[in-house]
Amino acid sequence: MDKISKDDVRYVAKLAELEFSDKDIEKFTSQLSRILDHIANISSADTEGVPPTSHILDIKNVFREDVVKESISQESALENAPDRESDGFKVPKID
Amino acid sequence: MEINYLTAHKLKDRLKKKEISSTEITESVYSRIEAVEEKLNSYIRLEKKSALKKAAEVDKYIGSGGEISDFTGIPLAVKDNICTKGVITTCASKILENYIPVYNATVIEKLEKQDYVLVGKANMDEFAMGSSNENSHFGPVKNPWDTSRVPGGSSGGPAACVAAGEAICSIGSDTGGSIRQPASLCGVVGFKPTYGMVSRYGLVAFASSLDQIGPFTRDVEDCAALLNVICGHDKNDSTSISGEVPDYKKYLEQDIKNLKVGVPRELMVEGIDREVKEAVEAALKMVEEMGGSVEETSLPSLEHALSVYYIIAPSEASSNLSRFDGVRYGYRNMEQKTLRKMYRRSRAEGFGNEVKRRIMIGTYCLSAGYYDAYYEKAQRVRTLIINDFKKAFKKYDVLISPTSPTTAFKIGERTEDPLTMYLSDICTIPVNLAGLPAVSIPAGLSGGGLPIGVQIIGNIMREDNVLRTARRLEEAIGFVGRPEL
Repeated sequence: MDKISKDDVRYVAKLAELEFSDKDIEKFTSQLSRILDHIANISSADTEGVPPTSHILDIKNVFREDVVKESISQESALENAPDRESDGFKVPKID
Repeated sequence: MEINYLTAHKLKDRLKKKEISSTEITESVYSRIEAVEEKLNSYIRLEKKSALKKAAEVDKYIGSGGEISDFTGIPLAVKDNICTKGVITTCASKILENYIPVYNATVIEKLEKQDYVLVGKANMDEFAMGSSNENSHFGPVKNPWDTSRVPGGSSGGPAACVAAGEAICSIGSDTGGSIRQPASLCGVVGFKPTYGMVSRYGLVAFASSLDQIGPFTRDVEDCAALLNVICGHDKNDSTSISGEVPDYKKYLEQDIKNLKVGVPRELMVEGIDREVKEAVEAALKMVEEMGGSVEETSLPSLEHALSVYYIIAPSEASSNLSRFDGVRYGYRNMEQKTLRKMYRRSRAEGFGNEVKRRIMIGTYCLSAGYYDAYYEKAQRVRTLIINDFKKAFKKYDVLISPTSPTTAFKIGERTEDPLTMYLSDICTIPVNLAGLPAVSIPAGLSGGGLPIGVQIIGNIMREDNVLRTARRLEEAIGFVGRPEL
């Protein structure tokens, strides 16, 4: 598989909503390259006709009755908010 | 023996006979903490005041003839990624530094029903990502056997505090070995149950298809007793297994005559310490002496287990950790004027390097153009690994291997080289990929005085075979080592 470049790392950082200094981009590029190099060896495994695992146990959908129950109150849900206004979470302007 | 070094089952007997009080037990644990915690850093947060209050309540209850369960009045530590209502739960991350859960994890509810005593929240690798407990925002944990060495990870705190007598037992979580590897490096018993046996409700998610909560104890009997408390179906976790939970303690009495043991060649890895190998071989000999049979076997697809894990776990993590955006809880950089900048600065400042590394690997593996080659391919190879285990368990009752290829390594030795650090999980990772139950029990000390662990792996929901093997081996090995601090 292709070697990862500094621009790839910048692009992935953007997807992951992370930010790095130029120095960190350099370090991450070399570390991620080594890790990706190593994990790319799975391409050698023969998986012809093998289905991907979706769950380790043979369980199907789990259903329950749709009954209204008590849940965490609005006030509790807001207790850990870094910023709030009346009954809602407050965030900076959406750009 | 000092009170704080007794097992929960011995303490229960003494509580029953009114020879001791929960307050005395709790005080002995805290006096040990006061003596050694500065050297170890096992805890992120201590709850002394509420613990002593709880102990006093328990004593009153026992005094008035109240019934004593296995963990009534017993001081336990809880890994800091398990939600405790009203008690800060940080995941050892700056991003959750001030997070106060508004609900309890299901395991905490179950322990509270027994009237356990919460000693404190145990230190760990940030978001359970690491094998050395060096990735904590609150500083590394030291190994009680040699404080220049790591205790293993990610449950370094839960392992170290039990080994050092700073708690009677503890609760941790295991995604790729995070209970078994530190148990091995610290010389205690650490059990990862079958995926789905313990509810994950209230466990801060790292990799949801791999995470499982389990106990750290000083003997196999306490381990079975703690499994009895924490296992069981929970409607709040749709992946939890339904049905009755057996009494795990009853398996402790069973012998291992005719037990069929397989030894996967792929787990007796290259670069394994000679003394670790010898300790495992000695344990296998004991199995034979007790009437079991031992045979080398091969699970060829385990060759890919590490790669599969380091694709699937970071992929799930990158998705799970997207919830930390500085909006509803956790750290926020308050300087930013627009939403997207606020997300990025908060996450960049809130997460440590290893967490960022894994988010990056996961995001990359899931990104357009790479999904098939990495994530989907990994899930296919995972099926091969599961099939290999299925085949092996047609022939064997348990598989035995080292827990960790080496004893505890030096602090700082592997921090600059993440790949080498990842390789230290090679014996434990396959078990999570297949959702199997497995335990690490102490198998002795190396010449340098460091604990060695042996891993016993069972088939899905065959905790019985794991426990009886562990109990018989524990008797035969007779490990009584205790760290000098």
